[in-house]
Amino acid sequence: MTIYLPIAELPVAIFTIFAMGLAVGFISGMFGVGGGFLMTPLLIFTGVPAAVAVASVSAHMAASSFSGALSYLRKGLIDLPLSGILLAGGLAGTGLGVATFTVLRAYGQVDLTIGLSYVILLSGVGLLMFVESVGAIRRARSGRKAEVRRPGTHGWFLRLPFKMRFRRSRIYVSVIPVAVLGLGIGFLGALLGVGGGFLLVPALIYLLRVPTQMSIGTSLVLTLVTMTAATVLHAVANGTVDAILALILMIGGTMGAQFGARAGQRLKAEYLRLLLAMLVLAVGLRVGYDLVRPPADPFVVRTEEGRR
Amino acid sequence: MRRRLLAILLFGLAALAGPARGERLVLSVSQPEVLITSNFTGADLVLFGVVEGDGRPKPRYDFAVTVRGPAETFVTWRKSRVLGLYINTDSRTFVDSPAVLAVATNRPAAEIAPPEVLRREQVGLWRNIFVQRVGPDFADVVPDDPFRLAFLRIKTAEGLYAEDPFGVNLLSPFVFRTTFRIPASAPVGSYEVSVKLFESGLPVASAVTSVMVRKDGYGQELAAFAEDRPWLYGFGVAFGALFVGFGANLLFRKD
Repeated sequence: MTIYLPIAELPVAIFTIFAMGLAVGFISGMFGVGGGFLMTPLLIFTGVPAAVAVASVSAHMAASSFSGALSYLRKGLIDLPLSGILLAGGLAGTGLGVATFTVLRAYGQVDLTIGLSYVILLSGVGLLMFVESVGAIRRARSGRKAEVRRPGTHGWFLRLPFKMRFRRSRIYVSVIPVAVLGLGIGFLGALLGVGGGFLLVPALIYLLRVPTQMSIGTSLVLTLVTMTAATVLHAVANGTVDAILALILMIGGTMGAQFGARAGQRLKAEYLRLLLAMLVLAVGLRVGYDLVRPPADPFVVRTEEGRR
Repeated sequence: MRRRLLAILLFGLAALAGPARGERLVLSVSQPEVLITSNFTGADLVLFGVVEGDGRPKPRYDFAVTVRGPAETFVTWRKSRVLGLYINTDSRTFVDSPAVLAVATNRPAAEIAPPEVLRREQVGLWRNIFVQRVGPDFADVVPDDPFRLAFLRIKTAEGLYAEDPFGVNLLSPFVFRTTFRIPASAPVGSYEVSVKLFESGLPVASAVTSVMVRKDGYGQELAAFAEDRPWLYGFGVAFGALFVGFGANLLFRKD
């Protein structure tokens, strides 16, 4: 059964898209990440134009992060002042990202930028997580307790001016690195159609030393607001948000996330991180391979468009 | 640019008006309007045509049917290797080219008329004029230009361009029937169906009809809404997303 996507202007197999939403939702529920970094390439692979895929996935991310954020809010695992500062940077970054996207489209380099950014980000983060989780598993095997907080080594950037106390996260840091972090995540999110959870959660844990659960909850708020803003901005600046596509993804994604979350609770945290690391790394390498491999057809045809 | 187009136009008109004889072509298309609804997977259309002859007993007519979709501007990019990566480096812009182009003849075009006539009448994919933006100027280029070849090849592979040298069936020397397809990914707009009648290598008559392709149902409303009121649409989708998230959270709440 196919359904015609009115904005993407092409028919897609409805169950294929739904199954993709379900599968990515499962993974995102299992690992507590948004899954945008998987969804966008999958959609592009099924023939959805990159611009429409990125914009529609942001609507899907808004839905799934809202669902997650509500659960964390009930458990008191969201640091609202911290997410507020992150957001101030995040929104500026989203605007910057959407504008950059528009410029890149004019120069025909969207594919390259998305591809390269994916490779660098995913391989980098994947590798770091891989090393970290293998270390954690080893420590667990040898019977030592995993270190939750490494002592000492406070980054110089945490001692910048405008220090602020974030009570729930139990940290006292400058707001400058927090806002810059938000800016970077917002920018990447709008540009790549990723929520940035897989970047922000480790950054909050390792750079700002926020507790893990609090990091996930707080990052969900950022994802929620930046992705909602990205949806609106993409609709206005590029006219590429396909509501039908987004709706199918949302329904599949939110359902899949519930099953994923249940499956995730049965696994040990470090094994979960190792699995996620391998997944992130695999996607990064796959995208990288496409950039390096001689293309089957060196030519591509694009419809020239300022605004669709 | 305008002068050049005008010259082409005048030349074309002169060519059409040239051999003023008695034939007249009458066309009928099975569906003057194609509606794209949510389950649209493309539409097959049938075109019938009749020649009202000039009374001569046994003419040997040839027919060339060309369907041209709405004009869009396309950019053909060529990837090449830069620092070990394959990236888009060169591009050619094809200005106002048909989004859909289907050509059908009753026998291979080369047998119908000499090359210069075919070129002038734009019979066949390769002889269709594709205007490129070359710096400040606009011109079509040699047929074996790699960008032009790649453009045609990719459009053909996508099912948007097609050529069938035996696609026109003659039911009698005066009556023909042909089918053409509006592909699922075709854009909306007016599709021009033009038929050229040849006799002994010369164009003797032509006729044009059109098929309107438009979105219908909620898809059309949605697309129009997204186009006309992008802010409202954007906020609508965003709030819809939040609503779905809220609903899912309630639905799957554990406590």
